[in-house]
Amino acid sequence: MFTTLKIAFVAVVNTGLDLEVSFNHLLQDVGLSSSIAHLLWLPLPMLLVLTAALIGVLVTVWLERKISAAAQQRIGPEYAGALGILQPMADGLKLLVKEDIIPKKADNLLFTLGPILVLIPVILSWLIVPFGQNLLISNVGIGIFLWIALSSIQPIGLLMSGYASNNKYSLLGGLRAAAQSISYEIPLALAVLAVVMMSNSLSTIDIVNQQNTAGFLSWNIFRQPVGFLIFWICALAECERLPFDLPEAEEELVAGYQTEYAGMKFALFYLGSYINLILSSLLVSVLYLGGWGFPVPIELIANILGQSPNLPVIQIVTASIGIIMTVFKTYLLVFLAILLRWTTPRVRIDQLLDLGWKFLLPISLVNLLFTAALKLAFPLAFGG
Amino acid sequence: MTIATSTELICFLILSSVIVSGGLGVVLIDNIVYSAFLLGGVFMSVAGLYLLLNASFVAAAQVLVYVGAVNVLILFAIMLVNKREELKPIKGLKIRKFFSGCVCAGLLALLFRVDITTNWSTPGPQAIGEIATERIGEHLFTDYLLPFELASVLLLMAMIGAIVLARRDVLSVEVRESDSIREKVIKNSNNNVLLDQSID
Repeated sequence: MFTTLKIAFVAVVNTGLDLEVSFNHLLQDVGLSSSIAHLLWLPLPMLLVLTAALIGVLVTVWLERKISAAAQQRIGPEYAGALGILQPMADGLKLLVKEDIIPKKADNLLFTLGPILVLIPVILSWLIVPFGQNLLISNVGIGIFLWIALSSIQPIGLLMSGYASNNKYSLLGGLRAAAQSISYEIPLALAVLAVVMMSNSLSTIDIVNQQNTAGFLSWNIFRQPVGFLIFWICALAECERLPFDLPEAEEELVAGYQTEYAGMKFALFYLGSYINLILSSLLVSVLYLGGWGFPVPIELIANILGQSPNLPVIQIVTASIGIIMTVFKTYLLVFLAILLRWTTPRVRIDQLLDLGWKFLLPISLVNLLFTAALKLAFPLAFGG
Repeated sequence: MTIATSTELICFLILSSVIVSGGLGVVLIDNIVYSAFLLGGVFMSVAGLYLLLNASFVAAAQVLVYVGAVNVLILFAIMLVNKREELKPIKGLKIRKFFSGCVCAGLLALLFRVDITTNWSTPGPQAIGEIATERIGEHLFTDYLLPFELASVLLLMAMIGAIVLARRDVLSVEVRESDSIREKVIKNSNNNVLLDQSID
């Protein structure tokens, strides 16, 4: 069942369109061996995805400013570029040229290492984000599990910077961040597990392919509505977005673990949190909203128009529609997250932990059992 | 030597030197927080070794369990009781250090002996790569079902024990809901708070 599904939906890639092969040919024509060409090829997709992530952050920061302004009936940034689109650049430039201050009694080494440890796992997780059938850095077999494992490293960086700042607000913020991400990781992983159970694979590509059998009707959000809500709440909590921004609650902890940070080190935290927000939204769209899938299957449209889906032109159109759909769904979710941030009040720390352990954890376990039962009862609809 | 094998060799050398020096650092460094962070580094490098062996699922599980759970909990515990107190000098510390050093050296010698005398078959078994996840699941629910279930029962017992220790108010005789008594308990925290079974 699983293998036939896979074969049916892996589109035959025209060799002329495989950029790696053409890049390889190009370098071999110049006179390099194929292994060196492969080595030179390797960093290119990574750089591309990194650039995409950074541009995504700039867009998100601008959106955050504009939407928050709209929510508070202000205008928001206006003079830096048209509609203030250059404002995030100005922010970044300001942080770049700011003096790098390390408090006198702070632990120098750990203080510097903390923000780096927060950022690296988030960036590494982009390894598994698919923008199309063959548009990702690496289709690793453990796919989504890699993301869960990597995101569990982040609390160490937060604890490290909280401890190294030698400041009680920072330490409390770091401890809160670690407690929060430990307690929300479990329902998150259980919600992902239910999806994985339905698609019989951890790979993000297979998860998306399994959802795109019948257009938007087969998206996981209709089969896993509870799982979707659990995942979204946990993702917001993992990103420390506002109903759950306890670790940096201004009124209680000044700025939590970031209190003592300035300049580029603060920028690393800032970058990390926004990249994490985009990553979480991307993964929600991959796991529950059909990833790069168009609401109506592209193959169907191509067949109606009388075109073979294997034509190079059709493949290029399909790939671009895939990228547009992924980005569109992602930014829809980012918009939702920003709107939530500016319209909901913050929960208390005990309410936060109660919600995680006493509500989301049992619900996600029930959801998992229910999915297993449905999978046994209706193997056709729930991926037997 | 191709590029792949030399990259593998370089990665192996870096990872193993990080593991050895990190492990020594965990034991020898005085600052307990540094030791805990170094332990995290050692766990990460072990995950790297698993990756080199083509066992990506085991590597990810290593990161999730050891770095994400065990090490974070250790750090959490250290930071919650972060008292910088001078420890009392222990009698005969040098002799103790000498003896524990001897025990460690003996263990190392034993491991070296095993390493040298065993007839390792090279190359080892072929890595199965992507299907490893399914294979691990199969083994866990067939051959290793009993140890798996026993481990889960053990974890459950540990969890219940931890809850009992944490919720002193359920078991203590004198503790009631009122705050004054709670304060007293905190003051007399050295006293045994659990029920003393020998009285009745």
